[in-house]
Amino acid sequence: MEIPHRHRARTAAFLGATSILAFSGTAAAQDLSAAMEEMRVGLDTFWVLLGAFLVFFMQAGFGMVEAGFIRAKNTCNILTKNFLDFCMASLGFFICGYALMFGSGNGLLGFKGWFLIGAESAADVPLFAFWLFQATFCGAAATIVAGGMAERMKFVAYLIYSFVISAIIYPIVGHWIWGGGWLSNLNFADFAGSTVVHTVGGTAALIGTFILGPRCGKYAPDGKPRVIPAHSIPLASLGVFILWFGWFGFNTCSTLSVGDGSLIGRIAINTNLAAAMGGVVAMLTVWKRFGKPDLSMAMNGALAGLVAITAPCAFVDPWAAIVIGSVAGYIVVRGVELLDKLHIDDPVGAVPVHGICGIWGTLAVGIFGKESLALARNGLIYGGNPTQLGIQILGVLSVAAFVVVSMGIVFKLIDVTIGLRASSEEELRGLDIGEHGMEAYGGFQIFSTT
Amino acid sequence: MKLVITYIQPHRLEAVKAALLEAEVHKMSVTNSLGCGEQMGYQESYRGIKFEVNLLKKVRLEIAVNENFLEKTVEAIIKGARTGKIGDGKIFILDLAECVRIRTGERGRDAIG
Repeated sequence: MEIPHRHRARTAAFLGATSILAFSGTAAAQDLSAAMEEMRVGLDTFWVLLGAFLVFFMQAGFGMVEAGFIRAKNTCNILTKNFLDFCMASLGFFICGYALMFGSGNGLLGFKGWFLIGAESAADVPLFAFWLFQATFCGAAATIVAGGMAERMKFVAYLIYSFVISAIIYPIVGHWIWGGGWLSNLNFADFAGSTVVHTVGGTAALIGTFILGPRCGKYAPDGKPRVIPAHSIPLASLGVFILWFGWFGFNTCSTLSVGDGSLIGRIAINTNLAAAMGGVVAMLTVWKRFGKPDLSMAMNGALAGLVAITAPCAFVDPWAAIVIGSVAGYIVVRGVELLDKLHIDDPVGAVPVHGICGIWGTLAVGIFGKESLALARNGLIYGGNPTQLGIQILGVLSVAAFVVVSMGIVFKLIDVTIGLRASSEEELRGLDIGEHGMEAYGGFQIFSTT
Repeated sequence: MKLVITYIQPHRLEAVKAALLEAEVHKMSVTNSLGCGEQMGYQESYRGIKFEVNLLKKVRLEIAVNENFLEKTVEAIIKGARTGKIGDGKIFILDLAECVRIRTGERGRDAIG
């Protein structure tokens, strides 16, 4: 059974305590310790399932953010994609995803546990609970791409893509980092998934958006970007808060164990501080650069902070979480500008938030991480040793390269077979009508000139 | 019979309705619209892109009147909508060829009421 190394210290401590009790020799002590052990496993299972439920709820958050940021005429389409990709992820991760990710195998892939037959839990909690928790992470990675490719991607193409990423690509990367693969053997550290979930999702969104091309009318003939405004900032802001809420489960429940509470408390405060600072710094940046505090960018900033703290959350002190979140808030704004300069149309900012800040979060482990918090070696600022940072760079670059190549092939294959992009008539009329034969806002008079 | 079409500032709608009521004009049709005349647009910025908004929100009223009500209607609209600033709006007066009340089938002056 692979036990992620962050878990070994706790398991060792508990086994040590239990053996001391056992040595006391009396049957009563052994009964007590057996009962305590069962309670601990029960409590930890409850914790992991709580995490699964919270991360599952993040799907609603993604859905509301994506729906809010796009136009009303495509809202049904994006929500259907958001809904189905969690269904696809649940299925794909059951059929082969878990086996590839956590099955015993080699440094690149797992081979045991297809359909969960013969599968083992990689944590000290029962398999099914652990599976569900991991499946929700898989679903989170898959749904990131929906936002980047919104408003012009064919629905069937999206279904195929979401199955492939949840059944194959995401689990392979997960195996490298959490399933005992080659990156974990190098002590590459990604606590809750800045690389595994967010860099994978953001990079897939980048290559997908690039192949798909921008929305009709997004870039004027002279190259200047045009505004395609969000249709519901209230929905988007609801979504951001739901994501922030779910992220407490995403990060803290990745301990897979309640322990004595100190670690989960640390992760929770780091998560919150990074989100808050990301939001503030993004808002100040956009205020300074464009004259007004744009809420959509401020919210992207909070999400960027959350993405960035996801990898280092267990390994850093709160002051570092503040720095990490602040930097993320700045680079997400600049990232949005950069994409427009490159004519890469990302309606919701999926690439800057998840891709760019996912990479930043991964690197932040190598800068601010502490050995005393169960990291393999100190980060750059504690002693100047760049080894951990170097490993983080190696890891995140290999993951990004793998995703760009594999998802590039997948998207290209889909494109030359059934087509990736909806027709331009459909795009103008709205994907809701073309792809689904229904309107998201039936009965409303939608006045849209874009 | 005349058809009066007027574009006013949205926030003057209540004042215009009140003035029309005083002039005993109760019937009208109100829709949202976008428009501009001498009013310059304003700048908005969205996710790092600045853009000019040249079409401003307006409210459009359509009122069908008999000749004897025309001047009262026009004066009431002006009374309610005028602020003295650019953007107050415009009134268009068209000849109305025919008017039919759907419920009873009446035509002409009686249909306008």
